[in-house]
Amino acid sequence: MIIFENIYKSFGENHVLHGVNLTVEHGESMVIIGGSGTGKSVLIKTVLGLVEPDSGRILVDGEDVTQIKRDAFLSRFGMLFQGGALFDSMPVWQNVAFRLQRGALKRPAGEAREIAIEKLRRVGLAPEVADRFPAELSGGMQKRVSLARAIAAEPEIIFFDEPTTGLDPIMSGVINELTREIVVEMGVTAMTITHDMTSVDTIADKVAMLHRGRIQWCGARADLAHSGDPHVEQFVNGRAEGPIETLR
Amino acid sequence: MILIVRALGRFCIVAISALGRLVLFALATLSHVLRPPFYPREFFNALLNVGYLSLPVVGLTALFTGAALALQIYSGGSRFNAPEVVPQIVAIGMVRELGPVLVGLMIAARVTSSIAAEMATMKVTEQIDALVTLSTAPMKYLVMPRVLAGLLAGPVLVAVADSIGIFGGFIVATQTLGFNPATYLLNTVNFLTPADILSSMAKGMAFGFIATLMGCYYGLNSGRGALGVGTATKASVQAAAVLILAANFALTAVFFTA
Repeated sequence: MIIFENIYKSFGENHVLHGVNLTVEHGESMVIIGGSGTGKSVLIKTVLGLVEPDSGRILVDGEDVTQIKRDAFLSRFGMLFQGGALFDSMPVWQNVAFRLQRGALKRPAGEAREIAIEKLRRVGLAPEVADRFPAELSGGMQKRVSLARAIAAEPEIIFFDEPTTGLDPIMSGVINELTREIVVEMGVTAMTITHDMTSVDTIADKVAMLHRGRIQWCGARADLAHSGDPHVEQFVNGRAEGPIETLR
Repeated sequence: MILIVRALGRFCIVAISALGRLVLFALATLSHVLRPPFYPREFFNALLNVGYLSLPVVGLTALFTGAALALQIYSGGSRFNAPEVVPQIVAIGMVRELGPVLVGLMIAARVTSSIAAEMATMKVTEQIDALVTLSTAPMKYLVMPRVLAGLLAGPVLVAVADSIGIFGGFIVATQTLGFNPATYLLNTVNFLTPADILSSMAKGMAFGFIATLMGCYYGLNSGRGALGVGTATKASVQAAAVLILAANFALTAVFFTA
């Protein structure tokens, strides 16, 4: 279970997170929605220590993330980055097996490669892809490789940062289905950042909307359509007019 | 007047804090040298890039510089009837100054820029964040191997540059200026002292360290987007070149003014 308690984070004069309170239950797939620049990615990064909150606490299974030994803690997580964030200096299989080739989870090279190929198969990629470099792959394939890397070490918690950004609708559907399948199959706790409502429909058990640095609304996916919150309704229906100010 | 003092004060604070950040970064890097885990593959890749792949540019630069130096010394020495000093001056000039400085500047141009651009791109594309989430410290995985490679490859490159530079002078002096090859070599070897060689190696080590450290520092602290990558690359080369020349002055003072 992940608990965000009163999280504040500013970058200079830009107050990104302004008292975020949120609970993600064990085994739950929580999707965070919200406009661009509302701090959705920052929220995820505070859990992983990539961004340090100015104040507040983040508890993972009751332990404060700032007090935990980093290496062991991070091995419980997998993350799919918005742009894939694949290491372009190494072939696909080494990207996928990165965590399995060093540190506490280190395996012999042959075994690590086998696991990488198995994970690539799991995300629908042929074994031949294993020896190609990320720059030789399409955007959709890169996302799949990134997904394979996120699940390679069998994490307990997976973060998905904009999993469908930059993909065509069909490939977005494929990635959404894959994400849902993996979350259910592995029984992991998942947090997904998106503003793609198709992703929300496919992936989410629960949805939280971040607006002006706070959780504006949080509830079950089924309740999203009749949340009664004008901010949520404007966002879900993609209307320019409403309480959320837009620059024109 | 107050405005000038205020601006001066602000400049000093910015400069000192930047220097402080750089020193802390250097100390953090060095602190990783002896602490596991180590990444030998990363280190050997860095050694290949910093050392072996720099050999052609370093060799060619030193060869032409040594050759030009021989012509200059011969021409200048002739003005006071001392053209025979060519082997001694070429040797001391290459070993004490030109070899190390040329290597430093060549590494700054070739290696610092490539490290900064690579790391800045990794930062912009979230590869650095990905490393962290994969339980791998960027300082240990990216920075330490490259800086260690710079420390070790620097003196070797300087030794190569010194030798090739002297060889360039030797070729010009013996083929076009009428020097006897055996006498030229004997004068070169007899004139150089262990302190000359030692200073050359120390400079190589210092310049290799500075060049790789600047690439890593500016790369990891780059701004966003293509502009951030470009700015980091440019700033890293400028800083490395200036620091190498400043360190050259300081080391020369340490070795030769006592």
